[in-house]
Amino acid sequence: MIPATMLRGLWAYRGFVLGSVKREFQSKYSNAMLGAVWSLLAPLAMIVVYTVIFSQVMHGRLPGAAADAPNARYAYSIWLCAGILTWNLFAEIVARAQGMFIEQANLIKKISFPRICLPLIVVLNALLNFGIIFGLFTVFLLATGTFPGAVFFTLLPVLALQTLLAIGIGMIAGVLNVFFRDVGPFVTIAMQFWFWLTPIVYPASILPAEVRPLLDWNPMAHVIRAWQDVLVKGVAPDWAGLAPVALLALLLCAFGLRLFRRRAGEMVDEL
Amino acid sequence: MGAIVVSGLGKAYRQYPTRWSRLAEWVLPGARPRHTLKWVLQDIGFRVAPGEAVGLIGINGAGKSTLLKLITGTTQPTTGSVYMEGKVAALLELGMGFHPDFTGRQNAFMAGQLLGMTVEEIAALMPDIEAFAEIGDYMDQPVRVYSSGMQMRVAFAVATARRPDILIVDEALSVGDAYFQHKSFERIRQFRRLGTTLLLVSHDKQAIQSVCDRALLLDGGRLAREGAPEEIMDYYNAMIAERENENVRSSVRLNETREGKLQTISGTGEATVADIALLDEHGARVEVVDVGAPVTLQVTVRAHAPIPRMVLGYMIKDRLGQPMYGTNTHLKELPLDDVAAGEDVVYRFAFPMNLGPGSYSVATAIVSTDTHLVNNYEWRDLALVFTVVNMRRPYFEGSAWLDPSVDIQRVTLTA
Repeated sequence: MIPATMLRGLWAYRGFVLGSVKREFQSKYSNAMLGAVWSLLAPLAMIVVYTVIFSQVMHGRLPGAAADAPNARYAYSIWLCAGILTWNLFAEIVARAQGMFIEQANLIKKISFPRICLPLIVVLNALLNFGIIFGLFTVFLLATGTFPGAVFFTLLPVLALQTLLAIGIGMIAGVLNVFFRDVGPFVTIAMQFWFWLTPIVYPASILPAEVRPLLDWNPMAHVIRAWQDVLVKGVAPDWAGLAPVALLALLLCAFGLRLFRRRAGEMVDEL
Repeated sequence: MGAIVVSGLGKAYRQYPTRWSRLAEWVLPGARPRHTLKWVLQDIGFRVAPGEAVGLIGINGAGKSTLLKLITGTTQPTTGSVYMEGKVAALLELGMGFHPDFTGRQNAFMAGQLLGMTVEEIAALMPDIEAFAEIGDYMDQPVRVYSSGMQMRVAFAVATARRPDILIVDEALSVGDAYFQHKSFERIRQFRRLGTTLLLVSHDKQAIQSVCDRALLLDGGRLAREGAPEEIMDYYNAMIAERENENVRSSVRLNETREGKLQTISGTGEATVADIALLDEHGARVEVVDVGAPVTLQVTVRAHAPIPRMVLGYMIKDRLGQPMYGTNTHLKELPLDDVAAGEDVVYRFAFPMNLGPGSYSVATAIVSTDTHLVNNYEWRDLALVFTVVNMRRPYFEGSAWLDPSVDIQRVTLTA
């Protein structure tokens, strides 16, 4: 799907890609006294807030979760983190990809380098941030004895699928945004609606029965459910439900790449 | 390695009448094109042989930067193609993408990576980069505390850390202090000696004439002329004067001199040089002059129209077109007022020929003030060519005769 010249370009500029990821990470904290500690503190604070507010203060309990189950105490916060952390990864990739060409306009206009590096940098950065916070979350799971076991590793293909979906959408939005600057604000608003139309902070079971089938049409609902299934219930994802999402992700990526390749030249003129 | 072949190159930007028309063109099936093309470059074709140095000149907006961007691959051509062999380094935007919060060293790594180098390669080159940039401890300070010159030093050092087969330079050298300018220019010369092909964009006459074998003149997005740097620079200068005097009837003409060089004449023609000659001490016309001999440059100016204020200037240039000496009657505070039509004015400039051996040319300008940009009656390059030979002096180097009286003292230190 990706032409060989693009791959060769990426390989030749691997140093630039990795360097950019490293620098972007460093630059966020390079002037802070606590430095990289902030990259741990920020997500930690988020997990604490969700756990305290939702499970303790609001007495959140998952409908159907047995009160005497070992993870009952943390069930809601685990469920919440499973959804929010992964949604954040998805949203970060889409948001950054949507603006990547415009943000790097100077570089694109002045220096000749494989442009395909930019989406890769966005994805790697988002995955790095996600890796940190999800690593912490995993430590939390292990510490509270709620680690789901071997089924945990079925999340890797889910993660890959979700990343593909995000970059497919992000790439299309990113290219279009160069030509039609309305795309950026539109995507930002659409992502907010999408967040609330996906069962992340609320369980799907509270939705009226006639609305629930509509969720099948929301690809992110399948992805988030997979994370929740594995992390809360300890069961493998519903692969059958994810298959169409995978197909969609591949189609979006293919379309995004095609759009990118056809418009890359014109994009430089437009920036 | 190192050849550049540009053929049929053209670049047009798409212009849409409204924001919606692009969308319509993209999504409506079978839609007719709604954009118009604005051509900024057309029919550009030239070859640069391996190891050759070519200068590219043209006024702002002539398309020089666009052409360089097309050659380096930053933008895609609308028509035609660019073919290059070997490693290319472009000094277009030095310091692009430098991050102010990172140190010079970190930024050097990043700049190197943008050029497609790996971390190991840059690390190996780092001692050279540091030595060339000469900014000392600042290398490990964040770039935001750098002066723009220091930033430029690091950027130049990284960009030229490896000798490329093709080096493309866009006026980048006009930044930095005189010392570093010399140093960076020396590095470019060194690359040249080692066989690097050079494509140089500059308004700096000296830069073009002292490094380039050939020059290209871009005008209005087209290749206007191609030839020896001196000839192209003369033509370019005449062209600038034309722009300034656009409302006046005038033209740039080219005459061939006896030596087969192209002589550029421009201006309104209200006054012209009717005769020019170099005279020896006996008043005889000469073309070959001995070093240090007293000579007189005699210029006869004929006024074809009433000239309210007339100034004659001349410039002696060497073989490469580098100015040796120039002055005019405005600077000498001898301008003429109210010259009548049909009047002939004979100017005599007497001076000792304190130039080194070589071939020189004289350019003349008949103007009304100090420069040729206000009223350019006539500007004539290569109006006269003469040769200086060393017949009576001991051998010396250089293009100026600065004969010293020598005093040497030997002092014996007694304990």
